[in-house]
Amino acid sequence: MIALLIRDLRLAMRAGGGFGLGLSFFLLVAVLVPLGVGPEGATLAKIAPGILWVGALLACLLSLDRIFALDFEDGSLDLLATAPIPLEGVVAIKAFAHWLVTGLPLTLVAPVLGLLLNLPGAGYGWLVASLALGTPALSVIGAFGAALTVGLKRGGLLLSLLVLPLYVPTLIFGAEVVKRGALGLAVSTPLLLLAGITAGVAALLPFASAAAIRVNLR
Amino acid sequence: MSLWEYANPKKFMQTSAWVLPWFTGLALVATVGGLVWGFFFTPDDYKQGSTVKIIYLHVPSAMLAINAWMMMLVTSLVWLIRRHHVSALAAKAAAPIGLTFTLIALVTGAVWGQPMWGTWWAWDPRLTSFLILFLFYLGYIALWQAIDNPDTAADLTSVLCIVGSVFAVLSRYAVNFWNQGLHQGASLSLDAEQHVSNVYAYPLWLSIAGFIALFVTLVLVRTRTEIRVRRLQALLARERLA
Repeated sequence: MIALLIRDLRLAMRAGGGFGLGLSFFLLVAVLVPLGVGPEGATLAKIAPGILWVGALLACLLSLDRIFALDFEDGSLDLLATAPIPLEGVVAIKAFAHWLVTGLPLTLVAPVLGLLLNLPGAGYGWLVASLALGTPALSVIGAFGAALTVGLKRGGLLLSLLVLPLYVPTLIFGAEVVKRGALGLAVSTPLLLLAGITAGVAALLPFASAAAIRVNLR
Repeated sequence: MSLWEYANPKKFMQTSAWVLPWFTGLALVATVGGLVWGFFFTPDDYKQGSTVKIIYLHVPSAMLAINAWMMMLVTSLVWLIRRHHVSALAAKAAAPIGLTFTLIALVTGAVWGQPMWGTWWAWDPRLTSFLILFLFYLGYIALWQAIDNPDTAADLTSVLCIVGSVFAVLSRYAVNFWNQGLHQGASLSLDAEQHVSNVYAYPLWLSIAGFIALFVTLVLVRTRTEIRVRRLQALLARERLA
């Protein structure tokens, strides 16, 4: 499993595309929003938590179809499916690798983009905490969408349509943590619910994703 | 005599052909009766005026929008567990109907909300979760259409339906948490005290019965069409081989 993780990470680093692309997209969102809504600090401070979360979510979405598509095309997914490790484990590892190359960097650069969007000082810690807790859920849910659409020729748009409604609870709780944190309110309820979603989907969704991959490989 | 007999397409076609006219008649009589009664023979509400009458469209379609998804969940489970093709086709048949009911509920709600709340749309938990339900229906139908192999499509959409159901419930509670409601509580309930005067409630029950019969009729018709499409494809495939 560790070998698989290292292989996926190497592929992501060397093939290019996925790794820097999500980050640049996130930066673009943070630049374009002030250009669109105007530079007033108060307005930006108010919408910054939501914009940062939506931006991170969309940036995550960009590289989802690469989780399984390349392996499906060159046949390595068939080999992984017949390998001694269970397919559920393969899915979980691949989602984890996806998180390491998208969710984790997004979490780390988010405070810088928070500066651009005039996020209030109290919000930075919660921004990083909520993204660190929430982006794994985005990767796992995204892996499920990627597993459903892996057999399709042009699955990219369909993938977004399937995955975005599933992102709703994560987005609500994640953005709520930052919003409350920035206002100095108690954040433990949404934070715990967010952690619960991440733990729940990480435990259960790989089974659904593996089932979908088995159907697609049939 | 067991329920699983109807998993046989032939048996299903026979029985549904016999049942269909009855449901069509019931749907016609109850829907038209309930709506005419509700629209023309009930008094105006003292606060809402005649806009109250949109309830006869709004409430039944909202109920069915949710129940159609529940039906798809059950038939998806039956397909995954027992591999009955009729079940998968029924789920496929119900999805566009559920989508339409969701749209009707959203549109009638907006039409009612404009004079009553002063806005077409508010980010109220109920409204928002219905919009999310609409997106779930769209994704489900899009996935059916994207996949060529019917069995693969049935499997994948069933998995999506089950996962989607869990997330739909999660979203429902998440949006409750996210914003306070503008929408009033449930108008009808079987056990709690009555919120709606009988003058309005009787035609409402009638039109709900009519909408349910309409839903059953449409699902049966569409499932029968899907079965015929399958038979046609099988015939064509056999001809190509011969």
